[in-house]
Amino acid sequence: MTGAAMTGAGPIPDGDGPTAGPTAGAPLRDLVEFTRALRDRGLPIGIDHGALFAQALAYVDPLVRRDLYLVARATLVSRRDDLAVFDELFARFFGGPAAPRPQATPLAPRHDRSEFFKTALVAYMAERVDPSAREVEVPEHHKAASGHELLQHKDFAACTPAELEAIARAMRELRLDVALRRSRRRVRSRRKGQLDLRRIVRDAARRGGRVLALARGRPKLRRRPLVVLADISGSMELYARIVLQFLHGVTQRYLRTETFVFGTRLTRITSQLQIRQIDAALDHAGRAIVDFAGGTRIAECLHAFDRRYARRVLGRGAVVLIISDGWETGDPAQLGAEMRRLAARAHRVVWLNPLLGRKGYSPQARGMASALVHVDDFLPIHDLQSLHELAAALARIPRRKSARQPRHVHAPKAEVQR
Amino acid sequence: MNRQALAEQLAAHGYIVDDALAMSVFLALRMQRPLFLEGAPGVGKTLLASVLAELFDTQLIRLQCYEGLDLAQAAYEWNYPRQLLALQAQTRGEPGPGGAGGPGGADAATDVLYREAFLLKRPLLQAIDAAAVRAPVLLIDEIDRADEEFESFLLELLGDFQITIPELGTVKAVHRPIVVLTSNRTRDVHDALKRRCLYHWIDYPAFELELEIVRRKVPALAEHLRRHVVAFVHRLRGEDLSKLPGVAETVDWAEAISHLGPAALDAPTADATLGLLLKYHDDIERMRGARVAQLIAESVRP
Repeated sequence: MTGAAMTGAGPIPDGDGPTAGPTAGAPLRDLVEFTRALRDRGLPIGIDHGALFAQALAYVDPLVRRDLYLVARATLVSRRDDLAVFDELFARFFGGPAAPRPQATPLAPRHDRSEFFKTALVAYMAERVDPSAREVEVPEHHKAASGHELLQHKDFAACTPAELEAIARAMRELRLDVALRRSRRRVRSRRKGQLDLRRIVRDAARRGGRVLALARGRPKLRRRPLVVLADISGSMELYARIVLQFLHGVTQRYLRTETFVFGTRLTRITSQLQIRQIDAALDHAGRAIVDFAGGTRIAECLHAFDRRYARRVLGRGAVVLIISDGWETGDPAQLGAEMRRLAARAHRVVWLNPLLGRKGYSPQARGMASALVHVDDFLPIHDLQSLHELAAALARIPRRKSARQPRHVHAPKAEVQR
Repeated sequence: MNRQALAEQLAAHGYIVDDALAMSVFLALRMQRPLFLEGAPGVGKTLLASVLAELFDTQLIRLQCYEGLDLAQAAYEWNYPRQLLALQAQTRGEPGPGGAGGPGGADAATDVLYREAFLLKRPLLQAIDAAAVRAPVLLIDEIDRADEEFESFLLELLGDFQITIPELGTVKAVHRPIVVLTSNRTRDVHDALKRRCLYHWIDYPAFELELEIVRRKVPALAEHLRRHVVAFVHRLRGEDLSKLPGVAETVDWAEAISHLGPAALDAPTADATLGLLLKYHDDIERMRGARVAQLIAESVRP
């Protein structure tokens, strides 16, 4: 094969080039509709994809359904997770079981709307949408300052809707600076770091060939990715809504955030929280969550996280936040094993427990004690003040991964874990 | 050549594809688009690139990605020692210290320094080098290991098959390379990059396909053992494991079995060689013993 042939019609020289236009098989309109339907279901398909699809059809016989299927898949799908939706829609548009896929990705279970409307999140949203609720005592400006003070230490669980509203506003001002890590990239530096020869030569060339100063570069610092696993089971119900609001704010300001919620099953809500409008974001998140305010199976959910996402989101020295009261209904030993695995992958594990803010609480709840061994920071999350403490803790995470010290748990030895 | 013919040619070079992958490769070649292959480790993503190079009898240029990979290692770098020497020579040749600020001084230095002779070509630039007689295969391996900055740099190359060198100008491919990118999906690659490619998810092969792969790679293994080996691996992939065995692992294990030469696949042999299939201690612990025995029993059932 010659180079000339390669530059011509592609590396495969072929006598019969494009033969039929896309209209030869399924009507063009169907193809356009099909592409639109895929886009509506969330596949990232741009105009260029549509064009590519049409172009590609010229190389096959679009009357052969399998060819049509394969071409559409090769040009329109760009994420593995979209394959199931693609297959489903293809079958609907062009008939028949599209293609038997070995180990097809299971579709997310259909969301039960009646169940959904019972959830606390919806109750919360209804509150926000209800105009009368909106009118409740918006604090006067001078009151706001002192009210703000008081709210710092008021447990979320004890707040009125109006107070929660004020807290949500205060949270928006909270900055969360996750600690930095050294990346492998370099940035300019005055005095420290390795010589930047490219710059030295360029500067010298500008000065007629004289090296007058030595440019240097030091490693660029980058924020660590933040991965949040939030418990939204029944026992966390009073905190879940404020925590979701908090996470929305964090995601908005800090794009490298991955968020998952769990109760009896794990749900990834990262993309929902990226929606700017908070009401819309929480609404979408609520639709995705199927087990709001139910039981808790922390270990099982951490296991699901490990299998499906850990490899993808825990790279690059991620900091993991777990928000839960540790009320595990499963086997505490299994929770310990899952936490060990998680801790091995993460740069740092921070466990936020709202109960820690209560007087006299000690982490003996089933599971909490066995999980704690693998936790770096164990902090409360029950009032505004605790969120500030969290921000401070995240900012001072050491650059090197610390060897985890088995944590001393203040549990009376005699007490048997129930 | 059509898709079927391409599949046959790949098979002749020892690479067996299903019709979906055949279509993606066919379209990538025909439409001169980079091919983005994503899939679990060990399903043959990298191998495809080297087989394509063999098939078209052309050079394989490989770029292994890692975090911090930058232009200097991926595309080009100036030969600084030579540049500095040239600078010195030039400075010495000039009359007196006034020369540095004199008219044309800076321009002259720039002309001397930024010539192709001082350019060190790294894989990406090599791939679009005009001096090449024919289009090479460019393998950008494990792009998910590189960082976002590197991805954005790739956009120009993958979209227009060109690289802009600020000091020199734009280098454009005369023969468009066949580009294969692979990702193990340790993170999600940006949509902008994928948009310039044809995306293909390589799944674990279907039973018959994997059987054929093992037949070609380990011809010494008896037919019935081959079936049992593949059946066992397929059952193993249905288990709850940290890392499922890929095709590479199947082939390794088949080879081990052929060396051990048991008349029939049994649980003790599988137990003893489990490390070839499973790479995590937790996974091995979970499977070893009763579970392996059960899967073996299911796999060898006629």
